[in-house]
Amino acid sequence: MIDTSTRAAPESTLRNEEPARSSQPAAGAATPRVTIAVDDTRQARAITSVKAQVENLNFYYGQNRALKNLSIPIADKQVTALIGPSGCGKSTFLRCFNRMHDLQPDTRYEGSITLHPDNINLVGSGIDPIEVRMRIGMVFQKPNPFPKTIFENVAYGLRLRGVRNRATLAEEVEKALRGAALWDEVKDRLQDSALALSGGQMQRLCIARALATTPEILLFDEPTSALDPIATAKIEELISTLRDQVTVLIVTHNMQQAARVSDYTAFMYLGELIEFDEAAKIFTNPSKKATEDYITGRYG
Amino acid sequence: MVSTAATQSNDLVSRSGLRYRKIRDRIIETLLLAAGLVAVFTTLAIVVILLTESSAFFEHVSLKDFLTDTMWTPLFADAHYGILPLVAGTLTTTIVALIVAVPVGTIIAIYLSEFASHRLRETVKPILELLGAVPTVVYGYFALTAVTPLLQKLMPELPGFNMLSAGLVIGLMIVPYVASVSEDAMRSVPRYMREGSYAMGATRLQTALRVVVPGAFSGLAAAFILGISRAVGETMVVAIAAGMQPNFTFDPREQAATITAYIVQVSLGDLPHGSIGYQSIFAAGLVLMLITLIFNVIGFSLTRKFREAY
Amino acid sequence: MAGLPTVPEYLNPDSIRTGLSRRKVLDQVFVIVGLVLMFACLGILAVLFMNLVLDGSERFGWDFFTNFPSRRAERAGILGAWVGTSLIMLVTAFCAVPVGVAAAIYLEEYAPKNWFTAIIEINVTNLAGVPSIVYGLLALGLFVYQFGLGQSIAAAGLTLALLILPIVIVATRESIRAVPKSIREAAYGLGATRWEVTKDHVLPYSTGGILTGMILGLSRAIGETAPIITIGALSFIAFLPSSPITSEFPFISFAWLKDPFTAMPIQMFNWVSRPDQAFQANAAAAGAILLGMTLLMNAVAIWIRYRFRKKINW
Repeated sequence: MIDTSTRAAPESTLRNEEPARSSQPAAGAATPRVTIAVDDTRQARAITSVKAQVENLNFYYGQNRALKNLSIPIADKQVTALIGPSGCGKSTFLRCFNRMHDLQPDTRYEGSITLHPDNINLVGSGIDPIEVRMRIGMVFQKPNPFPKTIFENVAYGLRLRGVRNRATLAEEVEKALRGAALWDEVKDRLQDSALALSGGQMQRLCIARALATTPEILLFDEPTSALDPIATAKIEELISTLRDQVTVLIVTHNMQQAARVSDYTAFMYLGELIEFDEAAKIFTNPSKKATEDYITGRYG
Repeated sequence: MVSTAATQSNDLVSRSGLRYRKIRDRIIETLLLAAGLVAVFTTLAIVVILLTESSAFFEHVSLKDFLTDTMWTPLFADAHYGILPLVAGTLTTTIVALIVAVPVGTIIAIYLSEFASHRLRETVKPILELLGAVPTVVYGYFALTAVTPLLQKLMPELPGFNMLSAGLVIGLMIVPYVASVSEDAMRSVPRYMREGSYAMGATRLQTALRVVVPGAFSGLAAAFILGISRAVGETMVVAIAAGMQPNFTFDPREQAATITAYIVQVSLGDLPHGSIGYQSIFAAGLVLMLITLIFNVIGFSLTRKFREAY
Repeated sequence: MAGLPTVPEYLNPDSIRTGLSRRKVLDQVFVIVGLVLMFACLGILAVLFMNLVLDGSERFGWDFFTNFPSRRAERAGILGAWVGTSLIMLVTAFCAVPVGVAAAIYLEEYAPKNWFTAIIEINVTNLAGVPSIVYGLLALGLFVYQFGLGQSIAAAGLTLALLILPIVIVATRESIRAVPKSIREAAYGLGATRWEVTKDHVLPYSTGGILTGMILGLSRAIGETAPIITIGALSFIAFLPSSPITSEFPFISFAWLKDPFTAMPIQMFNWVSRPDQAFQANAAAAGAILLGMTLLMNAVAIWIRYRFRKKINW
């Protein structure tokens, strides 16, 4: 199945980054985007469209080099999981994508995360971290709704972006809550405090809050580690459906979860990328010994 | 075949809107910083005012007279400018206050930290803090009209104005402060140290006295020293109950003026701006500021120590 | 029991038991001493209040609030004093609260960790320990003479504002610190700027603590006597400051800021220091009102703290 995008890509997008690009039509013309349909067994899926390209990324806390020369493509509208033992830098890596590290003093990025189609470097000094965060959403480990109403939680990002129209807000909030599979549970109590929700609902509210601003990439930092198994299953299901709308990057310490939800998986160890491949490949037939050891539970 | 994503970028990201928000942030940050600087300017202003007015004072009075003369009579024809009587009064009332506040404050702190139930502690502490919130002029009235007559029943020759009564009431006033800082310090002693003591068969009192109190020593010292600083700076109680006559004595049964009481006494009159009397209160204030500053610096560095220790 | 090694006396079970019972008695004695001292302190507070109310009972009445001071004790009232105190508190609150909250926000949310921030922090801690009368001297030199405010309500209000600034800053910082980091991250993650995070989240969620600090600060200011005496407040004032509300446009006047004044604690001090015993009743009545207001403000502060702690449970 072939899906062609109607939107013209900016010229900068067309700079050759990958050899395959050379076969694409010339600048200025409508760029056909080729995507192979996802088959349900989720096997043998090569990256067809890259949303972001990480290139030689290094990250420093003061003198301490926490990420070492990471290079990895992030597939568009797919789920990429980051796994590895605790302290391996997977959360640090995730937080580079929306510049959360900039909130701490004495942190430094080297290398690039190029976001397509604009070809901007997310960790470059030329771009404002706030702009990055406006384009890249994040869901945190512990559900962290604001102590406001359910409606205000979801509307907050839109309000920040200057949306004042009440009808638009209501519409977008509903859309986001539906997207996060929470609408039916909360539609009658949008004005209740978000703190009255259950843990799993809170986390879905946080997802809705991030979805409301139509992020280009949605980051999940161990989103189910504070939840019970039933709530976890719901979130996982939700992440799988989100694949159609948004590029997802998820950090998880739970390998089953990574195997269940991800299309691509990166295994990290001590700040380095050990292996990156299709999830099916990583979990059935990893090419590196370290990956295999981790997956089979020999350390972690 | 690999391509890069060509999805429409987020149209909610408005660069001009962001620029406006960033500028607004900058302006607000500057305003907030200015507010923070008020504290710095206040300190600077205090130092500058005290120093300039005092230096005018010391043009008339030699530092040697100031520090060694045992008479303080700036408003008399035969003017003497010896700070010693005022310092003596201040020290005496402070010592009386500490004799009350240190044991009482410490015992209450030990009780609250080691013996009292959580509920009792949470109920008593705010009420105890009310003691520290009572206006000092009310304490002055209390010292003059209730404590002094009571003391006079025990010591019939006690004058109506005396440092004993003022000191006792100041002591009562700083009990909550001493208790609260000490309790803080004792509660920061880690649980495992107490458990080690209990495991050896110690009672609660033994644990408190032999493990917790030594463990929280720097915190207790800080509480006492900050208590001293408060007692030294206390004004209204002494102005009302200890009299305002400078008197070079360390006998708490006598009346005497403290540094603070002298400043009040001069302020109540109508001294022209720039006169030597006017300048003398700044010199007295400078001495007061130096004394409290020394105690505060020691006290705060000790509190930092106990916070870091555990 | 030959053959067994001799047990030292202190390990003999009997002496352990007697020693233990003695130690337990000491424990009990301490509990009693602690309780007695604690309730003695609380009792004194009650006695103090009762004492004032009883001593001043003959003065309580409408006239006491509507009369100016007088040479005759039974006709002297606190009209000038309570109006003065109210206006001073207005100035103090208007200056200390915005500046204190802003400084606290700066220190908690904005300030980088460097020597400059350390200087501000040291200054705040240090100012909290400066004796109140020194603020009076500062005000006398700076506000009264340098700024030419004279012995006015504005000078008194500003003095007390500086005095309570550290209280407001410390309380605000504490409550700001109680807002969890995860909430800030959530807002930053959505692309909020620092000020947006502060204004939309940090401040609203720490309102309780800020209000508490504000009220505690004002309750301290309302009873402060020494600094206002130092700037030279008149204690015999038989007129009111000019009215803040006027009949002509723009209906609000700030002339009162420059007016001389008296205040509750000054009035009380003035009566206390009179040799005439009859005035002691006036002093007691004024003291009872002053203490009552202080206690009320503290109670409100405690209540607010309690309410907000219950409302938001992270």
